[in-house]
Amino acid sequence: MSILDSKIPKGPLEDKWSNYKNDINLVNPANKRNIDVIVIGTGLAGGSAAATLAELGYNVKTFCYQDSPRRAHSIAAQGGINAAKNYQGDGDSSYRLFYDTIKGGDYRSREGNVYRLAEVSGNIIDQCVAQGVPFAREYGGMLDNRSFGGVLVSRTFYAKGQTGQQLLLGAYSAMNRQINRGKIQAFNRHEMMDVVLVGGKARGIIARDMVTGAIERHSAHAVVLASGGYGNVFFLSTNAMGSNVMAAWRAHRRGAYFANPCYTQIHPTCIPVSGDHQSKLTLMSESLRNDGRIWVPKKLEDAEAIRAGKKKPTDLAEEDRDYYLERRYPAFGNLVPRDVASRAAKERCDAGFGVNKTGEAVYLDFASAIERYGKEKAFTSGHKNPSKEEVYKLGKDVVESKYGNLFQMYEKIVDQNPYKTPMMIYPAVHYTMGGLWVDYNLQTTIPGCYAAGEANFSDHGANRLGASALMQGLADGYFVLPYTIGDYLSKDIRTGKIPTDTSEFDSAEKEVTDRINKLMNAGGQHSVDFYHKKLGKIMWNKCGMSRNAVELKEAINEIAELREDFWKNVKVPGTADTKNAELEKAGRVADFLELGELFAKDALHREESCGGHFREEYQTPDGEALRDDENFKYAAAWEYTGKPSDAILHKEELIFENIELKTRSYK
Amino acid sequence: MKLTLKIWRQENATAKGKMVDYTIDGIDGDMSFLEMLDVLNEELVNKGEQPVEFDHDCREGICGSCSLQINGEPHGPDKLITTCQLHMRTFKDGDTIVIEPFRAKAFPVIKDLIVDRTAFDRIQQAYGYISVNTSGNTIDANTIPIEKEKADDSFNAATCIGCGACVAACKNASAMLFTSAKVSQFALLPQGEVEADRRVLAMVEQMDQEGFGNCTNTGACEIECPKGISLENIARMNREYLKASVK
Repeated sequence: MSILDSKIPKGPLEDKWSNYKNDINLVNPANKRNIDVIVIGTGLAGGSAAATLAELGYNVKTFCYQDSPRRAHSIAAQGGINAAKNYQGDGDSSYRLFYDTIKGGDYRSREGNVYRLAEVSGNIIDQCVAQGVPFAREYGGMLDNRSFGGVLVSRTFYAKGQTGQQLLLGAYSAMNRQINRGKIQAFNRHEMMDVVLVGGKARGIIARDMVTGAIERHSAHAVVLASGGYGNVFFLSTNAMGSNVMAAWRAHRRGAYFANPCYTQIHPTCIPVSGDHQSKLTLMSESLRNDGRIWVPKKLEDAEAIRAGKKKPTDLAEEDRDYYLERRYPAFGNLVPRDVASRAAKERCDAGFGVNKTGEAVYLDFASAIERYGKEKAFTSGHKNPSKEEVYKLGKDVVESKYGNLFQMYEKIVDQNPYKTPMMIYPAVHYTMGGLWVDYNLQTTIPGCYAAGEANFSDHGANRLGASALMQGLADGYFVLPYTIGDYLSKDIRTGKIPTDTSEFDSAEKEVTDRINKLMNAGGQHSVDFYHKKLGKIMWNKCGMSRNAVELKEAINEIAELREDFWKNVKVPGTADTKNAELEKAGRVADFLELGELFAKDALHREESCGGHFREEYQTPDGEALRDDENFKYAAAWEYTGKPSDAILHKEELIFENIELKTRSYK
Repeated sequence: MKLTLKIWRQENATAKGKMVDYTIDGIDGDMSFLEMLDVLNEELVNKGEQPVEFDHDCREGICGSCSLQINGEPHGPDKLITTCQLHMRTFKDGDTIVIEPFRAKAFPVIKDLIVDRTAFDRIQQAYGYISVNTSGNTIDANTIPIEKEKADDSFNAATCIGCGACVAACKNASAMLFTSAKVSQFALLPQGEVEADRRVLAMVEQMDQEGFGNCTNTGACEIECPKGISLENIARMNREYLKASVK
């Protein structure tokens, strides 16, 4: 076991990033024209990195599996993006955003990185507005804000329930500008199959053209992985169907350490599973918790009657409802962080208070918000004694203007009108805080291989706060990588173009084609989805919202067995030299089957509860997470050695110089 | 429920395609349309046949990947949703469902139900953006107040997901609704004014080069648009275009 060097600059917290920027080596514009950079993934992190690197003058190639960079899954982010602008004058500051993020992450993230994130957050909003991102505004013409979980200020900028879409289209338009200038070459419908190392440095990739099946070689002086998270290891998640871990996992196999894989965010407000046919889960934005109140029936007999369809939620009087978050956490109420809200929902449902057929759902109720807004609206328009109907109508309009698209989405899926009856929600896998280990420069343990956005592990510790993923993706891409990668590339100005006709590329390509052939020619018993669903079940039941040593050990063995069976018996129809969705899925599931095992191993080794990682053995008498700072105040970075459960642990001790470690309380 | 599916099968861009019939049973009303196709594909894989290829990703109506022409309508019979949000409760036992790719000269078929929509990317690459450096050296976001109504209209235009339903719905396979939504988003904002003329001229020219047809003025695009993008955008683009052309 070695000690990892995070390369945090010296000096006071608030000066670290400025000092760092003043000290780095720069590449002169003429030399930038001779340097190539590959960016994998075109979401917020990859898209913004590609645009900015191209604008600086590097030659950029982007790769995405979608048919257009605009479709990367960042597009589905709903609620908003945090920034410490303090436009509301409610006491926000870079320090407060930094503090909230460290605390929200249950003291398992790196101070230096998080402060930098908070510091550049305001600039992201300036940048996006300049690009024409249409954020929500107040009547005075200024930008509007809302609140998100785990904080006491209003710092979230939003564009209805489509913030991710609008920010991604902003990054995509910045990319388009560079494509038009010839500085970005976009390879769409391409999947990265492996990273190529030359002399220990990342010097290119092997990619598959998903339309023709052609295996291609691309070289570069640096490779940026912005390929998102690995939530789909659970089969059911809010990720897109194609979201996968292949790029990150291939880099891991080549020497990049994988950090904290067990830190997974189970989002509290998703539409519950309706049956076995389900292919994915749909998130209902956390912003709904600004106005929605979460409850279950107080009495078991009411819960049973509701499940049997004999009672409706609206039949229950106020005193028969248990607003359990408001009861347990009076200070934060419905706006506790995601991990806390999810566990509280599971606790109530496990105790028998669930409200749908499967018993795995709680209510998210807007009735009081509709009434509150309706009264306010009536009052401000001069109706001092409005009727009930009028209040409902006015209030409904306000709620519709805030969350209209989410309500419509819910109604289409569940076939119920959430303006009239409370929504039903249940936690689902949403985001992965773990990822490739990176230092302050966002460089992995492979020189020249960088990781940005959800693909890295750096900023969110053991739990991510709402509206911080968009912030991190854009901070990494627009404002961090362009500096840090320049420092590295300044040593490459004399290198010249990296040739692809070398033995390193030969052997990497051969490994890729061998792997594809092996998948195409396996036993042919079961479909890829058959295995993916089985893996998902193991993950959800044994590595999900609460974990224990016995089940984690079982999971490690079961996943290893499933993986062996997969390689022997998977069935991939068709050929590899054409569009073949089953082959694409097979390659991704093969990697999930390795990652899952490492995930369970990481969860087993971390004998504490923190953030999204809850070990049943480590909890307080009232069921809250019990952290162990003495023994586990580190990031666990795993080195690949072959079998995932034989991975070697490297620790990065987390140093807290500015924040005092406390028990996280939202009571 | 039990259904008959008539699905367009085409091996690749150059092969000749044809409609193929499938029957499928045990479909539940709570399934999404694409989950119904998943069931079909699982059956086909188990039988050793080629599964049907179709574009899809987020399955929550925002990425714009899914693109099926269902019973002659882009994204099927329901309004204001994408194919992935269409649920099988819309259909009844014994129905026959015809599933084709989006049809347009500018959207050539890649395989089965997958079409190539990169023409949309190229339209946006033709100055469909605001030329601002991404270095962050911009003015504070609140320096220029923007009327809420204008910001909202700009947002409404910007919600286009680039799926291509407007093109598939149009007799002329026109991309006016798509292009005008992007033109409008920027035309409505002060940040977009500086380059407004160049933008509208370049985007329209690219649109024509890609082989999209002219506007029919029938409004089929607006009716089929899953995001409810308004025809007003086309009117605004025409005004912008005229204004830019006479300068």
